Amino acid sequence: MFGNLSDRLVETFKNLRSKGKLSASDIDATLREIRRALLEADVALEVVKNFIEAVRVRALGDEVNKALNPAQQVVQIVNEELVQILGGQQRKLAFSKKPPTVIMLAGLQGSGKTTLAGKLAKWLKDQGQTPILVAADLQRPNAVNQLQVVGERAGVEVFAPEPGNGKGDPVKVSKDAIKHAEKKQFSVVIVDTAGRLGIDEELMEQARDIRKATDPDEVLFVIDSMIGQDAVNVAKAFEDGVGITGVVLTKLDGDARGGAALSVSSVTGKPIIFASTGEGLDAFEPFYPDRMASRILDMGDILTLIEQAQKQFDEVEAAKLAEKLAKDAFTLEDFLDQMQQLKKMGSMKDLISKLPGAGQMKSQLENFDEKEIDRTEAIIRSMTPMERRQPKVLNGSRRLRIANGSGTTVTEVNSLVNRFEQAAKMMKTMAKGGMPQMPGGMPGMPNIGGGYAGGGKSKKNDKKKKGSKSGNPAKRAAENTGQPYGNSGSGSSFGL
Amino acid sequence: MGFLFWKKKDKLEAAETSEPEITEVEAPVEKPKRTLFGKPKPKPEPTPEPVVIEPVEIVEEVVVPEPVLVVEEVVAEPEPESTPEPEPVLEVVELPKRSFAMGIKSLFTRIKFDPENLDELEDVLIQADFGVIAAELIVAEVKNRAKKQGAESEQELKSILEELIAEQLERDDKDLNLSSGQLPYVVLVVGVNGVGKTTTIGKLSKYLAEAGSRVVIAAADTFRAAAVEQIATWSERSGATLVRPKTEGQDPASVAFEGTEKALAENADVLIIDTAGRLQNKVDLMNELDKIRRVVEKNCVIAEVLLVIDATTGQNGMTQAKAFAEVAGVTGVVLTKLDGTAKGGIVYSIQRELGIPVKLVGVGEGIADFAFFDAREFARGLVS
Repeated sequence: MFGNLSDRLVETFKNLRSKGKLSASDIDATLREIRRALLEADVALEVVKNFIEAVRVRALGDEVNKALNPAQQVVQIVNEELVQILGGQQRKLAFSKKPPTVIMLAGLQGSGKTTLAGKLAKWLKDQGQTPILVAADLQRPNAVNQLQVVGERAGVEVFAPEPGNGKGDPVKVSKDAIKHAEKKQFSVVIVDTAGRLGIDEELMEQARDIRKATDPDEVLFVIDSMIGQDAVNVAKAFEDGVGITGVVLTKLDGDARGGAALSVSSVTGKPIIFASTGEGLDAFEPFYPDRMASRILDMGDILTLIEQAQKQFDEVEAAKLAEKLAKDAFTLEDFLDQMQQLKKMGSMKDLISKLPGAGQMKSQLENFDEKEIDRTEAIIRSMTPMERRQPKVLNGSRRLRIANGSGTTVTEVNSLVNRFEQAAKMMKTMAKGGMPQMPGGMPGMPNIGGGYAGGGKSKKNDKKKKGSKSGNPAKRAAENTGQPYGNSGSGSSFGL
Repeated sequence: MGFLFWKKKDKLEAAETSEPEITEVEAPVEKPKRTLFGKPKPKPEPTPEPVVIEPVEIVEEVVVPEPVLVVEEVVAEPEPESTPEPEPVLEVVELPKRSFAMGIKSLFTRIKFDPENLDELEDVLIQADFGVIAAELIVAEVKNRAKKQGAESEQELKSILEELIAEQLERDDKDLNLSSGQLPYVVLVVGVNGVGKTTTIGKLSKYLAEAGSRVVIAAADTFRAAAVEQIATWSERSGATLVRPKTEGQDPASVAFEGTEKALAENADVLIIDTAGRLQNKVDLMNELDKIRRVVEKNCVIAEVLLVIDATTGQNGMTQAKAFAEVAGVTGVVLTKLDGTAKGGIVYSIQRELGIPVKLVGVGEGIADFAFFDAREFARGLVS
């Protein structure tokens, strides 16, 4: 239908190059595109309107006009504003000083509360807590059974004194659950409540009663990321009706753009704490506002790309490479390896076209010669092992020999060696956690701006270096062993 | 118009025709549950006058008028031997019509709708999840017609809008395809997670059972925790036969296949297959759906593939519909949870762009809380 927002904005700004400056009408056109993109991502209209105004004010300011690429600058502003509304940074779950900590889950029918309850329990258990699940959804047929099964899978006790299916009082169950937890010294109580509509006064009253009875430390509002414009009404109804402290976005492993995230944070002012990304018990992660912003804006299909990369890159190889990078021992051999890994991911053109902003490079992409990689490979293969390990020894006569051996010219050999040195430098910076200035070309692939090989690797390496920061021991352990956290088959919302 | 349904004739009824149906009718006197339905239209004569939406109190009346009337051609004569129906063993049952317009909240609760703020109509439609493009088109057309007709008052504009939505959504293939005479009618129910597939099946099964048909349900959601128990409860409530997976995590296609065998063995009228919720971008799960289809088709003809869509769904509903239509060959949409504040505007685009008719509507958690979709009623509910 439409390209992504970046592409559309570039289109809007096409005629602009000669003018070099943005007029108010140019900005209007841009903002219309942004409005449409946000609406297509299901951000609520009233939120979009306020948002667009905020962006307009900044876009009319100097920062855009002075920018080299106004279109990108506008996208940048939009992105920043989005991240800000989405909560800027992550918020951690609040624990009570005096256990048990009580977490109540509330939301519409089918938003994923029961599944989430299990994930949350497992996550807490992995962190050394002793959670207990409370079956306070006594309405939906066999919700109690479902929670019991989920609890069993998570290895967590379930408090379910009532059979459900319309029998029993959820308020009493919740109250008893707290007593039970205090007596048996559970550290966290997770109360799974029935799904209810915001306009169902009776059930909202019941939810309030559960809240009163349990005095929860967190009331998490669980919402489906596929929800449309109604997200604002629902969020308001739950905020006014029950009072919430945080939000959990579910089913983010789908392909919905998830504008609801923006609507809900903006309307309630409450942070999104977790993202739920699949049906497996581990498909659960803290919420990252910046990634969500990119997703809502549809800034390139980075998601698929990274997922592909994760699957294809050999984890062991990657770990070895990271080590080498850190020790400054990156050689042409590794370079060759890396390129072969990259080739496994499919055609370069295809790969690059998935990157954000690829629209601008379309013509360059057309000209891109897939053979270029083969030639690079040939050059490296014509080197002796020593030359590959220590490119410094490459003198004029060696270079001539290599050029002859690979059917190329000395100039091509030279430029490869130069690109390699640049790349090695760049990767070293990144391995140390810095943000490199992207050099003109991607190693091994001339004429294409901004390299993926480095990019993809850098994320991996970055993650490895910072891995120990994760608050989740399981995740931390996973990172340190170089394994992706969670089952990548179940799909991560953000691809990382 | 009610909904015609050819079912296998009961042997008992074949003997004497006129009376016994009525007893069956009385069976489903519903407990006054939620009050989201308006009055069920008895369908006595084809009065084209719109259903007046009565105030909520009428629940008591709900099933009173002869909802199941046997329309055998020969009702007048005492001998029903020579029924010229599709097949002599079949009989036509007319199911009661139910109204759902009461459940829909009007688009215009917050703004006044008059010529001055015609532009706000676009906003209103967007807020009802019609999507930007559909909203723009509708507004342009309303303006166009208003100009032509010289419409000025709020009432005139509203009726233009209502008429427009209704005629765009009006289709003659919106009835469930349960009249081919090829028994059992297989209904495959698909959709993403949490939209209300199981609940819909429970309601549909109950409804068909009330008309005296034998329903078999295959619990092919072998994935989600306790999904089988959930459908078992519904199945019990509706009096259907349930085919359970023999082992935990059994291949859903094999459960569906056993469903067809059971349905054939029991001479059932309808087989409803419940499937696990799956997000449309999960290729493996979508392939699994294709497999279920193929396996079922070895034994039976699939009459309906119903895609369940939650009314709160935003623009992703379109992606869902496209993906499921491609893989599962969706023949109709069920719009659920219309009793909330969401309007389900996305079905407008789904029906317009993909040509898939909306067939059923869900308006609550009770077993009786559903209705057949009616474009006029939907339009009226939105606009009034």
